Amino acid sequence: MVPLSWFLVLGAALFCIGVYGVLSRRNAIGILMGVELILNAVNINLIAFWRYRTPDHLTGLVFAVFVMAIAAAEAAVGLALIIAIYRTRNTVIVEDVDLLKM
Amino acid sequence: MTELYDWVRLIPLFPFLAFAIILLFTQRNQKLSTYLAWAGIGITWLLGWTIVFRAIGDKHVLEEGFRAPIFSIPTGRGLLELGFQVDALTTAMLFMVPFVCLMIFIYSKGYMHGDPRYSRFFAYISLFATGMLGLIVSDNLLLLYIFWEVMGLCSYLLIGFWYEKPSAMKAGLKAFITTRIGDVIMFLGMLLLYSVTGTLSFHEIFSEETLHFLKETTVWLPLVGTVSVAPVIAVLLFGGAVGKSAQFPLHVWLPDAMEGPTPVSALIHAATMVSAGVYLVARMFPIFALLPETASMSVVAFIGGFTALLAATIALAQDDIKRVLAYSTISQLGYMIAALGVGAYVAATFHLITHAFFKALLFLGSGSVIHGAGTQDMMEMGGLRKKMPITFWTFVAGMLALAGVPPFAGFWSKDEILAHAFEEFMHKGVMSWPFFVWLVLSLGALLTAFYMARQVFLTFYGEPRSHHMHAHESPKVMTYPLIALAVFAVFLGFVGVPEEFPVLGPLFGHNLFHHIVGHQYPATPLNWGVMGLSVLLALTGLFLGWLVYGRNPLKEGQPDPMTKLGPVYTLLRNKYYIDEFYSKFIVRPAVALATLLFRFDNSWVIDPFVNLVGKIGVWLSDLGRIFDLNIIDGIVNGVAAVTAWFGKILRLTQTGKAQNYLLVAILTVLLLLGLYLYLPM
Amino acid sequence: MSLPQILFLVVGVITLGAAVAVVTSRNVLHSAFLLALTFFGVAVLYVLLDTPYLAAAQVLVYIGAISVLIIFAIMLSRKVAAPDLVQRNSQWLLSLIVAVLLFGVLAYLTLQTAWPAAKQALGVDAIGGLGEAFVGTYALPFEVVSVVLLVALVGAIIIARER
Repeated sequence: MVPLSWFLVLGAALFCIGVYGVLSRRNAIGILMGVELILNAVNINLIAFWRYRTPDHLTGLVFAVFVMAIAAAEAAVGLALIIAIYRTRNTVIVEDVDLLKM
Repeated sequence: MTELYDWVRLIPLFPFLAFAIILLFTQRNQKLSTYLAWAGIGITWLLGWTIVFRAIGDKHVLEEGFRAPIFSIPTGRGLLELGFQVDALTTAMLFMVPFVCLMIFIYSKGYMHGDPRYSRFFAYISLFATGMLGLIVSDNLLLLYIFWEVMGLCSYLLIGFWYEKPSAMKAGLKAFITTRIGDVIMFLGMLLLYSVTGTLSFHEIFSEETLHFLKETTVWLPLVGTVSVAPVIAVLLFGGAVGKSAQFPLHVWLPDAMEGPTPVSALIHAATMVSAGVYLVARMFPIFALLPETASMSVVAFIGGFTALLAATIALAQDDIKRVLAYSTISQLGYMIAALGVGAYVAATFHLITHAFFKALLFLGSGSVIHGAGTQDMMEMGGLRKKMPITFWTFVAGMLALAGVPPFAGFWSKDEILAHAFEEFMHKGVMSWPFFVWLVLSLGALLTAFYMARQVFLTFYGEPRSHHMHAHESPKVMTYPLIALAVFAVFLGFVGVPEEFPVLGPLFGHNLFHHIVGHQYPATPLNWGVMGLSVLLALTGLFLGWLVYGRNPLKEGQPDPMTKLGPVYTLLRNKYYIDEFYSKFIVRPAVALATLLFRFDNSWVIDPFVNLVGKIGVWLSDLGRIFDLNIIDGIVNGVAAVTAWFGKILRLTQTGKAQNYLLVAILTVLLLLGLYLYLPM
Repeated sequence: MSLPQILFLVVGVITLGAAVAVVTSRNVLHSAFLLALTFFGVAVLYVLLDTPYLAAAQVLVYIGAISVLIIFAIMLSRKVAAPDLVQRNSQWLLSLIVAVLLFGVLAYLTLQTAWPAAKQALGVDAIGGLGEAFVGTYALPFEVVSVVLLVALVGAIIIARER
């Protein structure tokens, strides 16, 4: 029997790896990968909590599926954005895309 | 038996489909757009009347209601079930709304002919019909509120339909913002109701235990102290009705709403949307009547009665044919509200239905006049009787119904309100709201008859008072709806003839309307004295109108005899200066406050701060110059270097790179987590 | 140590190792393939949590769709994703410290809490229940998600389209 805390620690680790990826990559695609890792970490937590704490209420499971659906949508839109930016500015390096700073 | 009622779910659907299809696909094709809109409302009308006539004979539905759930939203407190329903009140409204809508849709084809945004007009009125139909079949407050807002949106879009006119644009904004005040209050009422009872469905709110619970629960209010929660909710919800039904003090938007096309005025600002407020009060009536001795009922009675009289007096001195009708609408809505305030639930509903028919008729008639005569100013009209016979006769039917002349529809409903108020006043004595309501509404009946007579004589009799008037009768597509509505204006009242009335009472099913809508309330007994008085008042008003305007029709250039009233006339003509009052005491202070805050930002705090920084800089550089002049060059350079260093550091926080910002955000989270861990709870 | 525990440790190490490689690899294409491996590891964890259905969905959605999408995107922007490019930005060290600290706090909190040790028996049929929940209690959110997906699809096409 695997204790719940193992899953939680693993989720936390995956989350922090994702956070590091998002913060440190120069490549926009790399950042997107970090985001996917974060979402996976969240899903692990959701399902672990569901399984160990409230197996009779399917809320955790339902939310995990919603997270997956939203992740798919986010990946599609994010990658489309990256391609659009690549087309107009010929780069996927986020530091070169600092239009926020006028 | 129940399968038919299940179809109620589809009632708002067809106009909505028409709206969507017109807007998305058929805007280019005006003919197809027209027919689509007609088909949408037509199917709904057939379906609606099928349901209505089935429900009239179905005691179970009238008493218990039939609910058709649609979907539910999971919330923290269980499920919020949304759905539609058919019950007595819905049945009554479902009789009126689709038919009046259909008539106006047909009429619009003629009236809007040649408009550049013709198709869009039909899309908007279809969306409006969706809102109104959805409102009357909703089985809970949330859905009702959603449709309520849909109508508010449509109202805004349609009042400002001719947005090239600045006045129309402003009127649209005014209507939207003014009703929004009421809507916010209503929303507060809904929140309070939901937080107390945990439900918004009518069926559950009006169950015995919930009503009892509402009665027992108290709430603390500033200034008032601890009171029962029911009247608080009732008064808050009434705020929404005040906005939507244009009651004092939020009535100012309705006359300006006449800037919209006339079918819109008829549809939204006379027959249907403005009655939504009355409908809301009627729908929530059990909560209003829960504690009749508290403020809720007296507020309603006072606002209604006061508005009825106020608007009727203003209508006396208006020259715009549509504005007279607009104030008349406000006044009649005041009748309904006041009727609800004295507990005359059935009478109010009855008046709501009859008024919708004859006021739609009057508005469409005035639209026909405008269409034919090319002006809205009654002072330029005159002598249109010969040139527009159908418009004239139908308009007269509507006028007599509004004035309350027997046996027209308005007579029966208005008389029932007066009789009920009189009955209550007999019970409670002179120092009571029913007496106030009865007195005010009787006076209002006199005024109503007078201003309607004035309107008819000014418009249709005498000679044209403007030489560039070449009036012609409107096309059939406009006159047929007038005739259809006129039939109802004449005969609809018979469904509510008091039971004791000789011959007519038994003939028309022993007050059929009361049996449909008011099974839980005792019928108002027939009172010959009140009835006689109201007939007398109506006839007096019409006679006075004839005396002033009919006997010697106005000639061109002759002033309105009303001007002889002097300052009173000026006061009435300027609508008691309420608009000016609002602009001076509410709009201007709000603008002033905004300016104040702007100044606070711009010239009192930020600018001086910047100036201060500038001055300090000047001072520092002065100092530096002195130091510079006196030996210490190095320190000056040091100051410059430090400044540059600070600038560099501060610059780092504004990198324009999302990742930097994100890092700061996560650092903050970390910091907060650390605080959470190490601070004692 | 029981068999599931051993399995968990093995899979966990692989997953985390792959994840670390995803965020540190100099070659983005390698990252993408390792990301697929990470997703697969997570899918195995789902199986350990008695949700084979979600594991299947994970494989289909994440590996089958998202990873492939990412690889496509990399290939479409190949020229600048060359392996010799520096992939770390200037704040990577600070990011690393922050991430490690965050993990420390989270792990500390997790291990401090006394969780009930054992799984409870799975009382309901998870897959069937999930299906019923989607057409019952969660029908509205479910429909909303479907609309979101549709909008994302249309939006992605419009954004990425050649003009």
